[in-house]
Amino acid sequence: METEITTPEARTETLTINMGPQHPSTHGVLRLVLELEGEVIMGTTPVIGYLHTGFEKEMENRTYHQNIVFPARIEYLATFIEETAYCLAVEKLLGITPPPRAEVARVILSELSRIASHLLWLGSSALDLNVSSLFLYTFQDREEILDILEMVTGQRMMHGYVRIGGLQWDMPDGFEARVRRFIDHLPGRLDESDRLLTDNLIWRKRTEGIALLTKDDALRYGCTGPIGRGSGVNYDVRKTFPYSGYDQYEFDVPLGKNGDAFDRYLVRMEEMRQSRRIIQQALDRLPGGPVLVDDRKVALPPRAELVRSMEAVIHQFKLVSEGLHPPVGEVYAAVEAPRGEKGYYVVSDGSNRPVRVRVRSGSFNNLQALPVMVYKGYISDVVVAVASIDIVLGDVDR
Amino acid sequence: MSRAAELAAQVRGRLAETDLQLVEFRDETTVIAPAEQIIDVLRTFRDAPDGTPVLTDLTAVDRFPAEPRFEVVYLLTGYAPPVRVRVKARLAGDTPSIASATALWPAANWLEREVYDLFGIRFEGHPNLTRILLPDDWGGHPLRKDFPLTEEPVQFINHVPRIPGAIIPKTPPRP
Repeated sequence: METEITTPEARTETLTINMGPQHPSTHGVLRLVLELEGEVIMGTTPVIGYLHTGFEKEMENRTYHQNIVFPARIEYLATFIEETAYCLAVEKLLGITPPPRAEVARVILSELSRIASHLLWLGSSALDLNVSSLFLYTFQDREEILDILEMVTGQRMMHGYVRIGGLQWDMPDGFEARVRRFIDHLPGRLDESDRLLTDNLIWRKRTEGIALLTKDDALRYGCTGPIGRGSGVNYDVRKTFPYSGYDQYEFDVPLGKNGDAFDRYLVRMEEMRQSRRIIQQALDRLPGGPVLVDDRKVALPPRAELVRSMEAVIHQFKLVSEGLHPPVGEVYAAVEAPRGEKGYYVVSDGSNRPVRVRVRSGSFNNLQALPVMVYKGYISDVVVAVASIDIVLGDVDR
Repeated sequence: MSRAAELAAQVRGRLAETDLQLVEFRDETTVIAPAEQIIDVLRTFRDAPDGTPVLTDLTAVDRFPAEPRFEVVYLLTGYAPPVRVRVKARLAGDTPSIASATALWPAANWLEREVYDLFGIRFEGHPNLTRILLPDDWGGHPLRKDFPLTEEPVQFINHVPRIPGAIIPKTPPRP
């Protein structure tokens, strides 16, 4: 007797799982709600806001000078670049430029910050893909940069060293030699990391063709920084809208071809080498002179003047007890941060407090493109995608 | 004339029936557009030759107690050639609302949700206008000027809670 075998109809439904908010690969507090069909991702909903601390509201309630401490706490991995961004915005509002020595020093310290941030990304994203030894090497080099920053500012992070109109004080003796020593041994160290990863079959299989973002999508989502450039968007704020005299330095903007995680890795590696080139040129041309503007309505008078000049005491008192008064208007100043364009939009009504300080963060826009990157990919590649975006959740949530 | 000002003048010429005001400050061009026609204005900027195809930022400013109190600010950027224009629309009243730019740029999605969350400005036609940074059950919109900044009480002896902003008082605007 023959019996007909009927296969029951396959039932398909998507499975919704939570990745985060506490997940080691999210580098902060990011929750991803994933719609899965088997292991394939059909939908991603990032849930953000866990680190929202209301920085913008706080900055509206303080004077321009008091606000200098906030930017570094918003984006805590490239603190120097953040402080510079805010001070550039207020300087633009006031219509002043810092002295040449301060501008060149800002470039050197900003590029060191960029290298430190990229090194941290390199180590931690390699760690996400289980290349754990590299983490120790990159942190060793990052430590060296933090030591240099500590030597200059007194703090390893959250320096509060940039001032509206220049810098808090001059660089100490031996600064130049120390930076030169660091950038002399940097290429060798980068080559070492290169050999560990670029020639690593597992690294390449996990990153090549993964977390793809086309050039069109990068533009539509406003992705900047290594994410945009990895997808071939030729946009670097330092080249397109130069600030702090970046147009006088020779450097290249690396661009990716495919827009995958591997391209973003290559872009960041090359950016570190280009940053080193910029630092070299900046050290060669570091001029002498003051590091803070001479305008007593903007910058505090030097300490030594206070004991001799009554006027200096009055200026000091007015600046500390009231703060500076920019003209009515609004400006937007942007810098190239390691995570894309970082802009400060400052609106002034002529009083000692800003009406509005808006922080345009690269991470926020870049993270928005995550669902596009991981669509129809595997769940294990979400970790690669998140790592390749290199988000700072403090910057996303502000 | 800067490239941004040229572009703004060109767009103004193309949208003859729309009332566009141009403001120049510190080499930055701001275009003030009527809120009803904001999508047309943004689209014209986006599609203009050598225009601004990228939405870099979208935010708002609360000018309370002045009326119209809200300004929705769009920062548009073109990479090659480099050009940057700020487009603004003014909104009045207790229930401010403006058309959503999500159809022009997907980047506007989260940015508009953030403005809705923190300012309470509604974006008509937004696919998912929910809170993004604050919890869903939060009351009020913190970046409005009438939302007070308060100090959490802490149990320290002799601790007088002080609003951070009260340490250096606000001075009246100087001309």
